[in-house]
Order: sequence, then structure tokens, then C-alpha cells
Amino acid sequence: MSRLATKFAEFRQSGHKALIPFITAGDPTREFTVPMMHAMVEAGADVIELGVPFSDPMADGPVIQRASERALEHKMSLRRTLEIVSEFRTSNQDTPVVLMGYANPVEAMGYEDFALAAEKAGVDGVLTVDLPPEEAHECATLLNAHNIDQIFLLAPNSTPDRIKKMDTVGSGFLYYVSVKGVTGAGHLDTSDVKRKLIDIRANTQLPVGIGFGIKDAETAKVIAGLGDAVVVGSALISKIEENLDSPENAKREITELLKSMRLAMDSQG
Amino acid sequence: MTETTNSYDMPDERGHFGPYGGLFIAETLIPAVEELDQAYQKYMTDPEFMAELDKDFQHYVGRPSPLYHAERWTRELGGAQIYLKREDLNHTGAHKINNTIGQILLAKRMGKTRIIAETGAGQHGVATATVCARLGLECVVYMGAVDVVRQKLNVYRMQLLGAKVVAVESGSKTLKDALNEAIRDWVTNVDSTFYIIGTAAGPAPYPAMVRDFQSIIGREAKQQCLAQAGKLPDALLACIGGGSNAIGLFHPFIDDADVKLIGVEAAGDGIETGRHSAPLCAGRPGILHGNRTYLMEDDDGEIIETHSISAGLDYPGVGPEHSWLKDIGRAEYVSITDDEAVEGFHALTKMEGIIPALESSHAMAYTLKLAPTMQQDEILIVNLSGRGDKDMHTMAEREGIQI
Ligand SMILES: Cc1ncc(COP(=O)(O)O)c(C=O)c1O
Repeated sequence: MSRLATKFAEFRQSGHKALIPFITAGDPTREFTVPMMHAMVEAGADVIELGVPFSDPMADGPVIQRASERALEHKMSLRRTLEIVSEFRTSNQDTPVVLMGYANPVEAMGYEDFALAAEKAGVDGVLTVDLPPEEAHECATLLNAHNIDQIFLLAPNSTPDRIKKMDTVGSGFLYYVSVKGVTGAGHLDTSDVKRKLIDIRANTQLPVGIGFGIKDAETAKVIAGLGDAVVVGSALISKIEENLDSPENAKREITELLKSMRLAMDSQG
Repeated sequence: MTETTNSYDMPDERGHFGPYGGLFIAETLIPAVEELDQAYQKYMTDPEFMAELDKDFQHYVGRPSPLYHAERWTRELGGAQIYLKREDLNHTGAHKINNTIGQILLAKRMGKTRIIAETGAGQHGVATATVCARLGLECVVYMGAVDVVRQKLNVYRMQLLGAKVVAVESGSKTLKDALNEAIRDWVTNVDSTFYIIGTAAGPAPYPAMVRDFQSIIGREAKQQCLAQAGKLPDALLACIGGGSNAIGLFHPFIDDADVKLIGVEAAGDGIETGRHSAPLCAGRPGILHGNRTYLMEDDDGEIIETHSISAGLDYPGVGPEHSWLKDIGRAEYVSITDDEAVEGFHALTKMEGIIPALESSHAMAYTLKLAPTMQQDEILIVNLSGRGDKDMHTMAEREGIQI
């Protein structure tokens, strides 16, 4: 079993809901990322999602677009993102790391080389926004052969048949994109999420992470009651953007927000 | 004599042209493209739909567009007989409307109430705003901020037609960024919104669908050439941005193995400078905007900023069918620099009294090179994809003239 599957099995057993923060690798600097990852684990993160910067992030809202641009300015890349994961792994072998990005950097490296390098670096899951099951077969097979889960997305308009398909092709967990829109969208409706989760649960046994539009502890708590994991991205990256002159402040504010989410998520009955 | 067979049958049922094309999009858009694919499959064989399309082509667009024998230019160059396919004479001044007329009819049948589009030169934006005005549909056009400046005449045209033009400030602020922003809009408003892509690229079924609407160019050209010259042409020439005017001309001739197909990409400042927009000539396969195709990218798979004097060619990718035609050797792809395109622009203007769009001028510039190498009994059809009115500012500025 992969590190992700093992973790989620443990969480299910104990009723623990996973908190998954997302930051972009190399934003605002290369040096910022590894210490930030460790700090997020200390603040209660169970899995870390690391964004791989891409020049054309079509599924992302302005906050993550700008994070990508900041990282690309100093030549952050898929290869360098893998170096960051390796560095993180020198003192943490326990927390799963999921890369989130777009197909082209992976395609440019070559699926086989990427799968090898990602395994060596200690990557546990790969979520490629523009690689739906229709096109993912080759990549997913190679990743699986290297003990890495290909994470697939579900959307508010995914049909029961589609959910069943994801159940077959997916592993690790499924990521439910809780709003129609780009990352950082502002109109998350938790009662919609609740309704959709009934559909999803009826068609898959895989753990379900929920993300897009979760910005505060209160929402994290509600969402944790519905899914197996809560993903939070733009809200954290905004802290980086607001503190570009002081990375230390950014780190502190991110940790505080995560702690408040952790507390809220753990305090349900 | 050319043997005509029906051997070419691309894409496959999943939208692949060999390794190219496909469906590289976010999950939220899957239901939208599935719905579109069903409508496209259904209506392209529906006699009533096709009759409506034909009627609009004839009475609204002004088709068939002439195949004009450019006799003076032919004499001057001293080689092949040059025929121009006059897409510049279509309503709105370019081939783009062949596609928007078709897609808007689909949108109407699918019950969509809001239309979005991306545009580079503004020709596709104008063609979209035009058909939206005609049907009274809401229209939002995304345009790179750089292009908003260099094609301001078209911005005003779109606004007159009732469209909202959104200047895109991200990335290189040109066509690719307009596409990114249109895709973001589509994901957000997927239920109500129909995305009219302006070239033969994007996720399946767009490349094949846009090609099918644009193929009217090649079907007419074939008939007209047979009627006027009594034989098929020897070579076809068209400029390549995303590749829609080219594939529209080429497609009906693919099985005519003796007809050479030549696409002209934009070499910008020169291929060797890296400042160009010629993925087929100087790029490699990758994934962008929903399809696998030749791209301009760096070693890390990040997309490189492109350059061309013509906004409509300033794009790092190309329609996937061209990638396939290149790999199987059925079509040939060459490139023309900004300076050469300007020469082509002047040549046609002076010799035939026709001012071409800067995009089309790339095909004209290659005509200057190719026609003299061909025999006088050979026929060269050049796609005059659009007229040059929109480029008056760019040309005047380049030549230091205040207008
Ligand atoms: C007149 C004209 N020709 C050609 C193009 C290039 O597009 P395509 O390669 O899809 O024909 C454009 C695009 O804006 C255009 O306006």
C-alpha cells in the first residue's frame, strides 16, 4: 500500500480528518518552501500538497497564478520541486507529499523519468489538473508502478457514472473540487457540498478530499464533517502575498491559520 | 491524374490525430465537451442544420468567396499561376466567420445563452461578436492587453457590436493568455456558457469541429479550380496561427496526394533569435489548452513567450491536425519573418490592389519565394485569409507614419 493509502486507512480507523495545506513550490523563494512544509506539519497538516509552477495555470485563480509567476521568476521547475521534496524527506519520512500541477512539465520530463525521479524524491501522489482519465492511463500506470498514486478530480457536475470511473482509475484519494470555477473562488456553498457527497459516497469507497474556496476555520470544520480531508490553498498563499517583504510573518500567519483550522476540525462531536 | 481515395479519416473517436489532439482539460469541463461532442455529432449530419448553415454562408457571410486568378502578380513572378482564395471578402473581413456562424448555430440548439471567445488579432472576436449581435446573445471576448493596443480598431468594432472586451493582463498578455482566461471563465460558468474557440485547436471535439466548419474554403476552392483551370491545383499555401484557415483549405485535398500542402508559420525576428511563433518549425510536442501538439516550450515544459508582427499568429501552439500532417509528411511547414511578411503585404497591395491582413501576408511572402520556382502550367492557390484594414495602425507605425 502507498504511504497515502496507509495514512488514510489509519485516519478512517481513528475518525481523524486530514488537513491538507497547499503552497506553490518556490513561492516566494526557493528557501522558503522546505521550512514552511515542516512548520505546516507541526501546525497539524497531515498531507502536504505542493504546487508545481506552470506558465499557463488555466485552472487557477489570480492568487495561485501570481504564486506561480513569483516562483517561475527565479526558475522554479518540476525538477527543482522534486529537489525540494527530497530535502523535506531528509527529516520527515512520514507525511505524504502530493504534487499538484499541469501536464506539460511532466510530459516534457517524460512520464517514465518523472515517475522514477518522483519516487526517489519521496513523492506520494500526483494530481495533474489537465490529465483526466481519458488521457491518464500511461502516466498513472507508470506512477503506480513506482508506488505513487495518481490523484483524480471530481467536480460538482460529475455524474454517478463518472464517479464510478474515478473509483476504478483513482487511488490514494479523490479530490472533490467543491465549486465550479478556478482555485480561490469565493462562493463555496457547504449545503451543495453536503448533497454532492451523498452521490460521491454512494459510488466510491476511496477517501474524499474537498478543496476550492475553503478559507477559514469555520468552513474547514463543516467540510471536515463531510469529507475525509480538507484542502486549503489560496487562503494560505494570500498570506505569502500579503507579506512579501517579510517571509517570517507569512510563515507565522500561515501556521496560525492552519492551527485554527486543525482545532476547529478536531472539535466536532 | 490525381487518384482520389477516401483514406484519410482523422481524428479517431476520442479526438486523437495519432499522438496529438485529445482531451487534456480539468474535470469540470468534461461534461461540457461531452455535451458539445454529442451536439456536433448529431447536427453535422442533420439536413436541417446543414441547410441553415448553407443559407447563412450564402446570404450572411457572402459565400462562395471568389477564387481570383492574380494574373498581374503571376506575370511579375514568372512562375506558377497564382490564385487567391478571397476569404478577405467574407462579412467581417476574414475566414473566422465561417467557424463562428457554425458554432453559434450549435450553441443556439444547445440552449446556451452566453457566449465567450478568445481573440488575438480581434478578427475572431469580431466574428463572434457579430453572430452574437445577430442572435441577441450575451458575448464576452478575452483579449491580451498587448493585442488590445495593437488591434484597437477591432476592439471598438466588438464594442459597437455589443460585446464586452476583457483585456487580459496575465502572462505575455497575448493570445495564449486570452485563451487561459476564457477557459477560466468557461469553468466558472459552464452551465450557461458556450465557448467559441477561434481556431482548430483546444480539447476534442474543437479541432475537428472548427476544421469541418472551415472546410467550406477547400471544398469551394477545389470546385472553383476545376471549373476555372480544368484541373486540381499543384500546391496550396496558407498562414498558420492556430491553423484554422490552413486546415480549412487543406482538408478537402488531403487525399489528393499530388497536391502539395504548405503551411506558413510566423518566424518573427527570425527562428534563430528565438523570438518567433513557429512551433511546427522549431518546437516540440507538449500539452497546452486541451490538446497535445507542437509547442514552444523550454526544457522544463514552461511555455515560451512568442513574437510575431501579426497578433493572429502570435501563439505558442498549433492545431493538433497540423502536428499530425507534419509527422506523416503530408504537409510541409515553413516560416516567414516579420520583415518578409511586410514585403508580402506590399507586394499584393501594389500588384493586385488588395491589402491583405498581416497574418495572410505571411502566405503572400512565401508566394514571392515559391511561385517563381514552379512551372507556368502549375497552379498555386494561396489563402487570402483576411483583409488588412485592422493592420493600418501597425503598418503606419512601423513605417513611421502618423495617421
Ligand atoms: C486574417 C487572419 N488570418 C489568419 C489567422 C490565424 O488563425 P488561423 O491559423 O486559425 O487561421 C487570423 C487570426 O486571427 C486572422 O485574423
